[in-house]
Amino acid sequence: MRTIDLSKSSLRELNEDLHRQDSGANEASWEVLNPRGAHAIAVGVDAPISVDVKGSVGYYCAGMNKQAAITVHGSAGPGVAENMMSGKVIIKGDASQYAGATGRGGMLVIEGNASSRCGISMKGIDIVVNGNIGHMSAFMAQSGHLVVCGDAGDALGDSIYEAKLFVRGKVKSLGADCIEKEMRPEHHETLTKLLKDAGLSNVKSSEFKRYGSARKLYNFNIDNADAY
Amino acid sequence: MTYHNPQTTPRKSWTFDDYTLSEIRRAATTGIYDIRGGGTKRHLPHFDDLLFLGASISRYPLEGYREKCSTTVTLGTRFAKKPIELKIPVTIAGMSFGALSANAKEALGRGATIAGTSTTTGDGGMTPEERGQSKTLVYQYLPSRYGMNPDDLRKADAIEVVVGQGAKPGGGGMLLGQKISDRVAEMRNLPKGIDQRSACRHPDWTGPDDLEIKIIELREITDWEKPIYVKIGGTRPYYDTALAVKAGADVIVLDGMQGGTAATQEIFIEHVGLPILACIRPAVQALQDLGMHRKVQLIVSGGIRNGADAAKALALGADAVSIGAAALVALGDNDPSLNAEYAKLGTEAGCYDDWHEGKDPAGITTQDPDLAKHLDPVLAGRRLANFLKVMTLEIQTVARAAGHNNVHNLEPEDLCALTMEAAAMARVPLAGTAWIPGVNGSGGL
Repeated sequence: MRTIDLSKSSLRELNEDLHRQDSGANEASWEVLNPRGAHAIAVGVDAPISVDVKGSVGYYCAGMNKQAAITVHGSAGPGVAENMMSGKVIIKGDASQYAGATGRGGMLVIEGNASSRCGISMKGIDIVVNGNIGHMSAFMAQSGHLVVCGDAGDALGDSIYEAKLFVRGKVKSLGADCIEKEMRPEHHETLTKLLKDAGLSNVKSSEFKRYGSARKLYNFNIDNADAY
Repeated sequence: MTYHNPQTTPRKSWTFDDYTLSEIRRAATTGIYDIRGGGTKRHLPHFDDLLFLGASISRYPLEGYREKCSTTVTLGTRFAKKPIELKIPVTIAGMSFGALSANAKEALGRGATIAGTSTTTGDGGMTPEERGQSKTLVYQYLPSRYGMNPDDLRKADAIEVVVGQGAKPGGGGMLLGQKISDRVAEMRNLPKGIDQRSACRHPDWTGPDDLEIKIIELREITDWEKPIYVKIGGTRPYYDTALAVKAGADVIVLDGMQGGTAATQEIFIEHVGLPILACIRPAVQALQDLGMHRKVQLIVSGGIRNGADAAKALALGADAVSIGAAALVALGDNDPSLNAEYAKLGTEAGCYDDWHEGKDPAGITTQDPDLAKHLDPVLAGRRLANFLKVMTLEIQTVARAAGHNNVHNLEPEDLCALTMEAAAMARVPLAGTAWIPGVNGSGGL
């Protein structure tokens, strides 16, 4: 276990050390102490290591993560795991806006609630939120899965492309071109696996509804102008 | 004498001219605004409205082709560990793979590398062809984040955070379904054949304070090696430049409304933004007010066509210029040799702008593999290199004539304006006077 205390070391030293792990270093487990809401903690990591951040973080924690398993033992500021490529990021507390924005792969688990625009423009990431999510979540979401065990705010999935959304609670409103869709066996199977991977095996897929694109706005048609 | 019902000559409306009438009919038929590529076609105040004064007695000229006149420029000297060194102050603007063919991107890389300058990716990610042929490659970080990944960030020589574009400040991309090939669709994580509405704003930041934190994140990911550019559309150049500097930019890219685009609404291209001539001095003023002129470098783009335009931009305070449309013409875009092909598309060389349809006979603004073969990337790259070298010679020529042994020593005092509008926008005297409208009094000689 390698421990870096951000009350004694700089953010630059932390990220520089983490980036060195892609060149064959054998520090598999990392612990970051005293993050105190700092921005850009553990960004750009590209190695199969685990990083435990003991406290709350600011913007963009775990941004563009590849391969690493990063756990925040606290809450996360805006843009956590933005553009994540692979690996796993777990937020034990709540997450602010844009969680998992443009994420392309891997899994983001938020054990608390997420704010607005969760999964905005997501491009392949799987996001599982145990609590609620705010408005405009999955706006222009292209691919991947967003699982919400609580409620979703206004305009869920506005202008969504091919991402799949699963919500257990209430949806305040659906955005343009987002509709409820049938839960077929393959969706139950996918959702069950996502819940299991997120450590939520006590939640049943049968409790969820699925949402996705009506695909009516994929090519412009003036008769749909009211939707824009 | 008999008069036979004399008639006045038929006269068309100045307001409802032929183009306007055709546009009304087109909109009524199709139900969608006109979308096209390229830049503005209307007349705007431009660099042609400025003249160089040259040297006589009060200034001492240098000998052309004999006395040295330096053209090198270093970009990213503020924070980056690895600033970019370019041989010439002319760079290639961001143009996407998707909007352009892979051959065109390769040709841009070849030409720029021969000439000693950089190319820039675009809204669609980095292609191996582009990285492979570009000695110096700037990677655009765009609102759509198509193709964005940390591997390519690390492969880049600089990162350009695109906040706005001169052709469409406040607007997003409009890549229509017909240009979405399998490869483009895969790079953008979208189904083939659907319209792609690239976002107009970044998904994970909402203002200058967020931008500052975003830039820190990008620096941390790339270990503070790469210069971070911030590209802004020319609308509020003083404030946007100041805020970009405050956010930590190493380089500002300022794009005026004459700048081209792959495809967007005609109304954006012709009616939104400021001419580049009106943008440069406010941006330079912001840099000077912050004590950052020449410390944060300024790249100016938007309708730069030749060495004269570039030299005038440098004289007004830019560190470099960037070309897009001119580079495409150098490759072979809108070439008269293709006139028969353009005629089949209902247009002619010099007017072809339906780049979003993907039918470009020059093989440049297309994803059709057969059409793309029309462009030889080696030959086209050579043509671009020639053009860049000619531009550089032209810049040196006027710099020497103004008495400078370095093109970066060009200054506003080397210029005068032919029109009051240009004098006010460029903040140089009206020709034959000392009058700068909006700056000083009525002025004498």
